Amino acid sequence: MADKKPVPLEFEQPLALLAQQIEALELQIGENPGGDLENDLERLNKQYDQLKRSLYSNLRGIDHLALARHPQRPYTRDYFDRWDSSWTEMHGDRKGADDPAMVCGLLHLDGINIVAVGTQKGRSLRDKQHCNFGMPQPEGYRKALRMFHHAEKFRLPVVCLIDTPGAYPGLHAEEHNQAEAIAVNLLELSGLTVPVVAVVTGEGGSGGALAIGVANRILMLEHSVYSVISPEGCASILWRSADKVAEACQAMKMTAKEILALGVADEVIPEPLGGAHQNYELAATSLKSGLVRHLKELATLAPEDLRKNRQSKFRNFGAFVEA
Amino acid sequence: MDLKEWFANRKKKTEQGEVKQPLTTEEYCALWTQCFQCRELLYTRDLRSNLDVCPKCQYHFRVGAEQRIEQLVDAGSFVETEAKLSSADPLGFVDSEPYPKRLLEAERRSGLKEAIITGVGNIEDQKAALGIMDFGHFGGSMGSVVGEKVTRLVEKAEKERLPLILISSSGGARMQEGILSLMQLAKTSSALKSFSDAGLLYISILSEPTYGGVTASFAMLGDMIIAEPGARVGFAGRRVIEQTIRQKLPADFQTAEYLMSHGQVDMVIERHKLKEALAGLIKFHGQALKPSSVIQQKGAALYSR
Repeated sequence: MADKKPVPLEFEQPLALLAQQIEALELQIGENPGGDLENDLERLNKQYDQLKRSLYSNLRGIDHLALARHPQRPYTRDYFDRWDSSWTEMHGDRKGADDPAMVCGLLHLDGINIVAVGTQKGRSLRDKQHCNFGMPQPEGYRKALRMFHHAEKFRLPVVCLIDTPGAYPGLHAEEHNQAEAIAVNLLELSGLTVPVVAVVTGEGGSGGALAIGVANRILMLEHSVYSVISPEGCASILWRSADKVAEACQAMKMTAKEILALGVADEVIPEPLGGAHQNYELAATSLKSGLVRHLKELATLAPEDLRKNRQSKFRNFGAFVEA
Repeated sequence: MDLKEWFANRKKKTEQGEVKQPLTTEEYCALWTQCFQCRELLYTRDLRSNLDVCPKCQYHFRVGAEQRIEQLVDAGSFVETEAKLSSADPLGFVDSEPYPKRLLEAERRSGLKEAIITGVGNIEDQKAALGIMDFGHFGGSMGSVVGEKVTRLVEKAEKERLPLILISSSGGARMQEGILSLMQLAKTSSALKSFSDAGLLYISILSEPTYGGVTASFAMLGDMIIAEPGARVGFAGRRVIEQTIRQKLPADFQTAEYLMSHGQVDMVIERHKLKEALAGLIKFHGQALKPSSVIQQKGAALYSR
């Protein structure tokens, strides 16, 4: 995907416009070199850089959401492939299904052997349908659970990549007890005695995200979002209107920076300017170095302390008055 | 209000020279309740004394937390815990109204400070830790306070080696506390992990309705799961699913009986038999409630009488 030109988002239109002007000017200069046009081009280029910098440092919640859902955003497999080109994929929940929306495997991450789990969205339409738009079925969560047990047994650290709108609201999912699949993951993850690091790489949608998110460290990519309900769902319930999504985004405080300020995320991993989709290699490298740093820190803890560390981290979440 | 009160009120009003007027909706509703299922008009006091179950069609009405305690716990034995916890507004959340205003409104309507009451009480003389949710308060939604109260109850039950009973009735996580509400799923589940590892008994009771974050955490983690007849329980709501998959769902979708036939609950027990059933189950697992040292000492004699 990196070879394709990034598709501009709505809030990026001014930038795209400027880029068009620059392109046109460059074409003109190419036809008759020399003259004043060169100065204009320089001025425009400077303007472009400035606009880009200011645009991406003043994003609203809904802009982050658009970047997090960008159709060209790197997905779990893109990261896995770049971290370890010969990673081993593991399949199936051993109970009847292999959910393509949940990707699991064994990876070498800069010399550390890890068990990696992540939700997967699709790129082409067929792909998207195959991966159910990144919404796992209960079988996906049970497949992840199998991997958590694998990690515990062989004392391997766990890395979870989260990019999902949430668990799939479907008939099959309810019949196969989606809620139980998520609840059991929460319970079992909290009890692991190996390091667990979770990263929200795109959308962190509700319980479906948390089901692979009970970790010692929770990292978020700069433009990722994490929320208790989709902003669309929140807008339709609280505002009773589908076009209040921007308001819902703002009210729920779901951007990486806000989640960090609320004390839920531990670190925000910077993305290439303009979003991870602008440069897959850079995005993958920067996330890898963050992950390795956290894994090395956690490696100093004893098994029992790792469990206690995780449990006490989640024990402290919440804001209330006691009087 | 019962008829006696109603007549007394009417008499008082006549004496005060008030003109006779038809009942206001509020008065009328306090006196009579229409069954949602069979449409029978029921005298509210009869309905209350029948544990909020329609005498005609056995429809199980929603029960408030306080009433549920009356129905289930030996009279006078319930001691509430963590009554002082109340919600903060960590996000400064405003939709059409600010969150603190909505909290006050919820408190006024339900008479409760939060969507759950926790405490310790006896069920047929057997001590248990109890958490009872109330859908009437903020749709029974789980924010930081509900999460904290459940967690503290689980911790207390573990420390005192008490059986744990949680009665769920909730629309899910509370949106107004954003990500912190979501984290309550993990917080409560994590507490239940230690509780379970300590070999203690947790019975989860699903009542009308239990959805979203509550189902996807403590409600589905019981050693035993009991549902009330007709209770609707699920992760995603019926309407959301219908909109997503664009097909009509079966009529009994997500009811207790549907859950039963799909292997998601152990039993469906009607309200009149619930107390007795709980007492029986606690008694059956009584061994687990003794300190582990005692169990180990007994060793092979565990099964002898």
